[in-house]
Amino acid sequence: MGVVHGDQMILNIGPQHPSTHGVLRLEVKTDGEIVSEVKPHIGYLHRCFEKHSENVTYEQVIPFTDRCDYLAAMNSNFGYVVAMEELMEIKVPERVDFIRVIMGELNRIASHLLALGVYGLDVGAFTPFLYMLRDRERILDMFEYTCGARLLYNYMWVGGVSHDLPKDFVKICGDFLDYFEPQISEYNELLTYNKIFIERTADVGVLPADVAVSFGVTGPNLRGSGVKWDVRKDEPYSIYDRFDFDVPTGTGEFGTVGDCFDRYWVRMLEVKESVKILRQALKDIPDGDVHQAIPKKIRPPKGSVYRRTESPRGDLGYYIISDGTPVASRVKMRSPAFTALSVLDEISRGWMISDVIAILGSLDIVLGEIDR
Amino acid sequence: MTVDMLMDWFAAIGDFPVLAFILAVTISGIPLFLVMALNAMVAVYVERKVSAFMMDRIGPMGQGPGLHAGKWGLLQTAADAVKLLVKEDTVPESSDKILFKMAPFIIFIGAFIGLAAVPFSQTLQVVDFNVGVFYIIAVGSIGVIGIVMAGWASNNKWSLYGAMRSAAQIISYEIPAGLSIIVPIMMAGTMNLQELIHYQSGSVWGILPNWIIFNNPFSFLAFFIFFISAIAETNRTPFDIPEAESELVAGWMTEYSGFRWAIFFLSEYANMLIVSGLAVAGFLGGWRSPIPGLFDSGAWGLFWFMGKVASLIFIMMWFRWTFPRLRVDQLMHVCWKVFIPIAMLNIFGVGIWKLIFG
Repeated sequence: MGVVHGDQMILNIGPQHPSTHGVLRLEVKTDGEIVSEVKPHIGYLHRCFEKHSENVTYEQVIPFTDRCDYLAAMNSNFGYVVAMEELMEIKVPERVDFIRVIMGELNRIASHLLALGVYGLDVGAFTPFLYMLRDRERILDMFEYTCGARLLYNYMWVGGVSHDLPKDFVKICGDFLDYFEPQISEYNELLTYNKIFIERTADVGVLPADVAVSFGVTGPNLRGSGVKWDVRKDEPYSIYDRFDFDVPTGTGEFGTVGDCFDRYWVRMLEVKESVKILRQALKDIPDGDVHQAIPKKIRPPKGSVYRRTESPRGDLGYYIISDGTPVASRVKMRSPAFTALSVLDEISRGWMISDVIAILGSLDIVLGEIDR
Repeated sequence: MTVDMLMDWFAAIGDFPVLAFILAVTISGIPLFLVMALNAMVAVYVERKVSAFMMDRIGPMGQGPGLHAGKWGLLQTAADAVKLLVKEDTVPESSDKILFKMAPFIIFIGAFIGLAAVPFSQTLQVVDFNVGVFYIIAVGSIGVIGIVMAGWASNNKWSLYGAMRSAAQIISYEIPAGLSIIVPIMMAGTMNLQELIHYQSGSVWGILPNWIIFNNPFSFLAFFIFFISAIAETNRTPFDIPEAESELVAGWMTEYSGFRWAIFFLSEYANMLIVSGLAVAGFLGGWRSPIPGLFDSGAWGLFWFMGKVASLIFIMMWFRWTFPRLRVDQLMHVCWKVFIPIAMLNIFGVGIWKLIFG
């Protein structure tokens, strides 16, 4: 502990606080309203994911991955099963790939909606949050219709998915997209182009591209800084190379490239891109059996694999070491939210307490994934 | 129904001046308190419903009395009030207990005595001061003492932040509010609220009522500056930074619970009523009908006055559920660099206008 100066005050934000997005404690050194240092304390939600994974069979790890990034559980599943399939050299049926992409993108929309809505809440706008949750609800309904769960799905299995899509899913999802696309402009009218919102977010918490890269920040936060990097595009996994979509980056529309507004705006644009992918996937989805490639016994050969996927929060990597038994020797998860949180101190020094909340919200962290 | 009228009436009965004064104040004070409580109850219910409709929800609902919240949730606020009254009144161990317990009442007094000068109708006004406008602006500042007391006595960093922000905000925004209300005072040449409203009778340009807001461009601008400053003075969104729930948990109210917290709430809504009432009396013709000469007398005055006040309060609620929150330095920027210069130019402009057009 350093010396606390007389004119400085230590303010503990959290672990129970409306805007820490979970159980995060921020030890903030302030001089009046001005923040001179932010020290995040994590670990309140540590559930030994990686150690657990060394004691259960490979398929039993999947429900744990749900509980890491609970706002994008499909994407957490996705990364793990893709890594496992790479390790076991399983070729999954095409329908399974399509279903996974559809589920992954739907969950990306759901996750981004929550991130955007809660961001509005962080800067004081209550109503957009409820509008976005209202629409997220319909996505969760679709998940429930497909696999019975609304938050933690355990849907993607190694070599397949747990349930085939319901017969009318393509129609329901198409209807949802038709309803949802015009809603995006409603959010923009209500929140994005609001003068006060722009004042609060533009030029605030600027994350320059080189700092973002050196901290290992990924996902929308990195793209918000103007770096065009998306695992779906640059290291395609599953069947993402078949779809036509853009990778939106921050342009500093109202301020500097890499400010809070850019990070917010990139997420909003990504929602649109996800809709684009979904439309293509729903059009081309083939028939087939989703269970045929599921192995009877998961016993990968000796070796290791590192596979990263694009979760709504960024590069979600799984490093799996197999020693030839049905239980993993080591499962390491590279958490994108963890790196995003590590940059918080760097970009929030010199800003005000209100800005720290706004910057933290714009990084869109999920504590379940950080603490694992 | 003023205190003075009651005093005159008692004087006619007999010679007991001290008792007459106490009686007169009590008789007019109790209904005033009821108005305050009723206002808070109605406003809380309306706020919940308005916010619900704006958010695509339905808000409090229930079928019939009983343990439900009544039809359309009408009993919701009554249930809330009962809950707050029976809730434990916690006082933090490390707080300054005397100040902590006193603070809500100081805020309450500020709101309550301010309400005394609000002209609900031609006759329905507890005290008809000759400096009514000045009085309301002046006693409106008492609340800030209570807020700072509450924030300091709670011995909680969130409370302290909230109190300091609130003090800075209220004191700053009193300046543009005060400078703007000078415009109607200059035009009517009086600080008496009833005379101010009498000045606004008749019509202007044939169709519009002769309200001060429509009188000239400067007074039009002055109304908006006054109204926005009034929102800031009542600590409501987009100026709710003292109690910014996503930053400061609940600001200076963090440590309060139960009845004391209810008093804060009561005062907040009473303050909304007072500032809206002042805006209505100063700029929107008070209890005058919007159509000159139509239903422009007697009990209709109360209807028009409350209708106008309710519209302004509705606009405040509308703001609250639409806008994000400003940051504290942006708030000060708006006040000192935008509103105050414009408000000063307004005074100058109105002076010239009055000189030229009489």
